[in-house]
Amino acid sequence: MSELFEPKIVAFVCTYCTYAGADLAGTSRLKYAPNVRIVRLPCTGRISPMFILKALQKGADGVLVSGCHPGDCHFTHGNYHARRRWMVFRALLDFTGISPERVKFSWISAAEGSKFADLINSVTEDIRNLGPFDQYQQLIKETESPATL
Amino acid sequence: MAKIGVFICHCGENIAAKVDCTKLAAAMGEHPGVAVSVEYKYFCSDPGQESVKKAIREHNLTGIVIAACSPRMHEATFRKACAEAGLNPYLCEIANIREQCSWVHTDSEMATEKAMDITRSMVEKVKRNNNLQPIEVPVTRRALVIGGGIAGLQAALDIANAGQEVVLVEREPSLGGHMAQLSETFPTLDCSQCIMTPRMVETAQHPKIRLLTYAEVESVDGYIGNFKVRIRMKSRYVDMSRCTGCGDCITKCPAKKISSEFDCGLGKRTAIYTPFAQSVPNMPVIDKASCIYFKNGKCKMCEKSCQLNAINFEMQDEFIDLEIGAIVVATGFQIQNTAVYGEYGYGKFPDVITGLQFERLASASGPTAGRILRPSDGKEPENVVFIQCAGSRDPSKGVRYCSKICCMYTAKHAMLYAHKVHGGKTHIFYMDIRAAGKGYDEFTRRAIEEDEASYVRGRVSKVWQENGKLMVRGVDTLLGKPVTVVADMVVLATAMVPQHNAKEFAKTIGIAYDEYGFYNEAHLKLRPVESSTAGVFLAGACQSPKDIPDSVAQASATASKVLALFSKEKLEREPVIAINNEATCAGCWGCVLACPYNAIEKKDIRDRSGRLIKQVAYVNPGLCQGCGTCVSFCRSNSLDLAGFTEKQIFAEVMGL
Repeated sequence: MSELFEPKIVAFVCTYCTYAGADLAGTSRLKYAPNVRIVRLPCTGRISPMFILKALQKGADGVLVSGCHPGDCHFTHGNYHARRRWMVFRALLDFTGISPERVKFSWISAAEGSKFADLINSVTEDIRNLGPFDQYQQLIKETESPATL
Repeated sequence: MAKIGVFICHCGENIAAKVDCTKLAAAMGEHPGVAVSVEYKYFCSDPGQESVKKAIREHNLTGIVIAACSPRMHEATFRKACAEAGLNPYLCEIANIREQCSWVHTDSEMATEKAMDITRSMVEKVKRNNNLQPIEVPVTRRALVIGGGIAGLQAALDIANAGQEVVLVEREPSLGGHMAQLSETFPTLDCSQCIMTPRMVETAQHPKIRLLTYAEVESVDGYIGNFKVRIRMKSRYVDMSRCTGCGDCITKCPAKKISSEFDCGLGKRTAIYTPFAQSVPNMPVIDKASCIYFKNGKCKMCEKSCQLNAINFEMQDEFIDLEIGAIVVATGFQIQNTAVYGEYGYGKFPDVITGLQFERLASASGPTAGRILRPSDGKEPENVVFIQCAGSRDPSKGVRYCSKICCMYTAKHAMLYAHKVHGGKTHIFYMDIRAAGKGYDEFTRRAIEEDEASYVRGRVSKVWQENGKLMVRGVDTLLGKPVTVVADMVVLATAMVPQHNAKEFAKTIGIAYDEYGFYNEAHLKLRPVESSTAGVFLAGACQSPKDIPDSVAQASATASKVLALFSKEKLEREPVIAINNEATCAGCWGCVLACPYNAIEKKDIRDRSGRLIKQVAYVNPGLCQGCGTCVSFCRSNSLDLAGFTEKQIFAEVMGL
């Protein structure tokens, strides 16, 4: 590949910590890779594993989940639920043959704009190294049945 | 059929310089369901909002997407515009193409592509938005003020004087905080206690203020207007209903050599004590750790001396549960542990003291009755060296910020010293003199010109002892050479840092804090007294280093916020709450386990004859905060979160 592979990454973040941290990165005019698309949710506790699957199905090469630090959740412990759910879901992903490395889990507070920028850069780099995620696409192509919502 | 309006804001050059807005508008115009897609320089401006409203009416829009700055910035603005145009405000979504796109990317093409994805996904989401109505919740008109320093007192008095109930909680046995420890205050040199103690008395006697001293906030539950707060009343071992504050017990107490916290270790106190003579309430507490009876099981001198039988060694901590509508956090600061500066010899040389200790020496009610005497031998120092920024603005010691008050109080110390010790000599090592404030620069000029404070611009590298004198080695950067000053006493202007338990306490109340532990305001400029949690406000040095005028001003500002909240009987809340489909709910109660707020109740479903058919989950809209944890937990997909429904989020993902 002569041209650099530009992965598409979907981030599910909570509005109180990570979304605010992303805004802070913006107001601080930090520069980071343009590969991530953010989906804002009230809390990481709202994130269903189905969202992650949906993103991968839609063609995302990687998924990022990020919320408040343990103990700092605006909703007291939504992020712990998210973490527990992720631990279980991770095993399932692995079982289905999808590398769990495509899904990253992180904590970023509203004060950590630079950490957010760094994380986006490192996640983008990691996913780029993993290459495109085309398992679904190939399957769809082979069976010639377009995926519907 | 959806008729969505897409409004792309240039934000001047902020967005337009990186994102090709014309291309974005054209692409969105082609998107299915989009009835109108336009760009404009500033949609948040009056004409911008008018054009949005006009478009809603003209095209009969069923939803709008504003591609502009963060929803944290202007979501409320555009929701209001929607409502004014007759569209349900919750049919408005914001595509954040400024903070999360144009400001953070360098490649224009990729930024435009990303902006398209973001906007498209919001269009897909808004197509599935529903009309929502704000939820009304009652407001308990009782404020909790945490901290009895000057900020807490000011907030409590302002709220109470407006006729609302206040509960004031102070951790120490007396009100007063740090301000009560100060000698005289800049820039007027009026005596701190003279202006502070009347406030303390006024607070204690105010019919609308319930004062709880020697008490701590144990837990905070609930939400704006409806907090449930548990207060721990620490056992004083003195029955406050009987004690008159005569002080007999204090004079009789044999444990007399306990280092006084109020005097910063320069004075002594007894085991049963009031922190200082003007304490409010003027009732002692027994310091269990130092009390001879608690240590050895024998003594009880205080009990014997008390004619009112107010001493009770059996006393236990008690808990008080309160219903609270708003909380003012005024927990203050502490001074940095100066031990981090080994080179300055604090703790090693008794005559190296902190600024706060100097305050106690200079205070008429202090351990030396206001005479400046060296702690080592009680002699008047002839040469005093002040070291500014002994902790502040020093990344290597973990404090990058300016503590704001040290330049001023060091100038004040130099003046007080000159007034009290005639012929005494002062040297002040400084980095910059920061004297911004009404009357402040004039004040530091006075210290230099009238009271002959000698300012040396440079840092001190080492303090050591030689022939009974303190040697201060520093650099004079204006002369460009090292200097050594011989001193009898060295005063360190230590940094203001958050309280030792600031972070844990923030978690107890549920507010955010910065990397140091200072509490975060909702917006540094526009919402400086509100915390990140609705209904919790910040006053004084718990938010950032502050002097007295700033703390008082901020405290009054919190009072106005609290009073505005209390001016309504009911409060409107965001309708982002979980809703249950009772037809499909199987009553597995997974959601009950998941809910952080105990907002989910069991509801009986009965037939016409009153026979119980099944039990289902019911979400109490007053308690639900809308985190959505239960929704992801729900096995039968019965629960959904208004504003962030499964359909909306799936659509958003598919739009990317």
